[in-house]
Amino acid sequence: MRALNYRPDKTWRLALAFLPFAFLCLAYVTGSGIRLAANPNDKLLPGFSTMGEALNVYAMQPDPRTGAYLLWSDTAASLTRLLTGLAISTSIALVIGIIIGLLPVAGAMFAPVVSVLSMVPPLALLPILFIVMGLGEASKITLIVVGTSLKLIRDIAMRVGDIPREQLIKAQTLGASTAQIGLRVVLPQILPRLIDAVRLEIGPAWLFLIAAEAIAADSGLGYRIFLVRRYLSMDVILPYVAWITLLAFVMDLGLRALQRKAFPWFAEARAA
Amino acid sequence: MNAIVFDKVWKEYGDHVVLEQIDLEIAPRAFVALVGPSGCGKTTFLRMLLGEEKPTRGAIMVADAPLKPEPDSDRGVVFQRYSVFPHLTVLGNVVIGREFEKAGAFGRLYGAKRRQAEDEARELLSAVGLAGHEDKYPVALSGGMQQRLALAQALMRKPKVLLLDEPFGALDPGIRSDIHVLMRRIWNESELTVVMVTHDLSEAFELGTRIIAFERPRNRPEELERYGARLSADIPVPAEVPAAPKGATVTKDIEIWPKKMAGSPGVWTRYGPSAPRS
Repeated sequence: MRALNYRPDKTWRLALAFLPFAFLCLAYVTGSGIRLAANPNDKLLPGFSTMGEALNVYAMQPDPRTGAYLLWSDTAASLTRLLTGLAISTSIALVIGIIIGLLPVAGAMFAPVVSVLSMVPPLALLPILFIVMGLGEASKITLIVVGTSLKLIRDIAMRVGDIPREQLIKAQTLGASTAQIGLRVVLPQILPRLIDAVRLEIGPAWLFLIAAEAIAADSGLGYRIFLVRRYLSMDVILPYVAWITLLAFVMDLGLRALQRKAFPWFAEARAA
Repeated sequence: MNAIVFDKVWKEYGDHVVLEQIDLEIAPRAFVALVGPSGCGKTTFLRMLLGEEKPTRGAIMVADAPLKPEPDSDRGVVFQRYSVFPHLTVLGNVVIGREFEKAGAFGRLYGAKRRQAEDEARELLSAVGLAGHEDKYPVALSGGMQQRLALAQALMRKPKVLLLDEPFGALDPGIRSDIHVLMRRIWNESELTVVMVTHDLSEAFELGTRIIAFERPRNRPEELERYGARLSADIPVPAEVPAAPKGATVTKDIEIWPKKMAGSPGVWTRYGPSAPRS
């Protein structure tokens, strides 16, 4: 049989998905074991037990200086910034994207400027944001907004353009005004696609957040990683990275579930 | 509803002439079928009638006033695809017409007004044979049911003209003949002028009271750009005697003549049998 005709069943699918993870773990354990055998004080590839101890200190015991549980306070600080930034940028993108996509005049006026601005590397703007807005929360949230909203606007405007012309004509023959078409025909069809677009922007949002926290912050997951880097504390950095990955993955999973739950017609149409 | 008059209408896209010199009067309550080869401007004609495209020259008049330059609720439409809203249920797809009419910028009705609109919609849906499917999404409907829904949706605003752009082109023959019956009933029962684009001649003759054919009289490659399609035939279909309703139990068993045999060595062409090539 040809390779492209082998289809794994459910059990095999699970097993195959698990395999690379197991391989990664095994590779790490082996590498760590070899280095620790040569030098028990090696800091580069700590064993899982060392990482567990570090995680225990950060998650379960209050920091002697501030009394906070560091992992949780860092997570709260980072997620607040990330979610605020994403919420702002999503709302902006939804409104502006629909207007650009639906109204030819608005498209002619704003689409070029949006596509030029979306090419500005957001990290290059970070110094400007720090200078203008100071080192507080505002500059970090703004970086996330600037970094994600322009791409979201372009994406939404394109998705609005993808709505078949026939539907817009049909709505007009039913006597709909521009506002009614925007709110009853375009908006509900864009929302599930917006979720897809936001899912793709979660990664960049984390990138901008960690970059901003690394440079100037007093809490946050990115801040902590860059702080303990000075002591080569791989036993803290690695669990933190895994934790960030898990958070991003859960956000992605949550959005997908929301899309399935809230827009059943969209999932059906996609499956059909 | 008054007659629709095409007064020396030309449509050009840049240098490309699509339609030339269309002079036409469509009587109220007519069922006009537009036929013609692909790319002869049937759909362009319909889009001009819809107000989506403007004629390059000439004018389209309704009641001695120029046609409104954008689609409105006087003209309902059913396309071959994408006619219904995928994010609304069957009921929602029909109710939305009334919501656009009665509600403000948000386009939503509540309470008694909504219930009244829903009752009207249910009535229309059972008239097109979709009773019992109100809560499904269009994606769960078959092609024929989707077109029935599109018809019900278009009829909700009681348009004066119904424009159909190859509405039944993608349907199976059996489903198509069912929906022809429905279409004929709709046309008989409502105050409608129907203009239908089709490339199925038998459909045109079965439904239409008048067949209009478009054709390019000059078809040489170098002429294609400069000469558009003209009206090439305008056939009124004689009023027919209503046929007795056909029983659904009669099944036909037709043997094809000449008989086809599996594994016959040659192919019967109109020049006689031809030996298989070796």
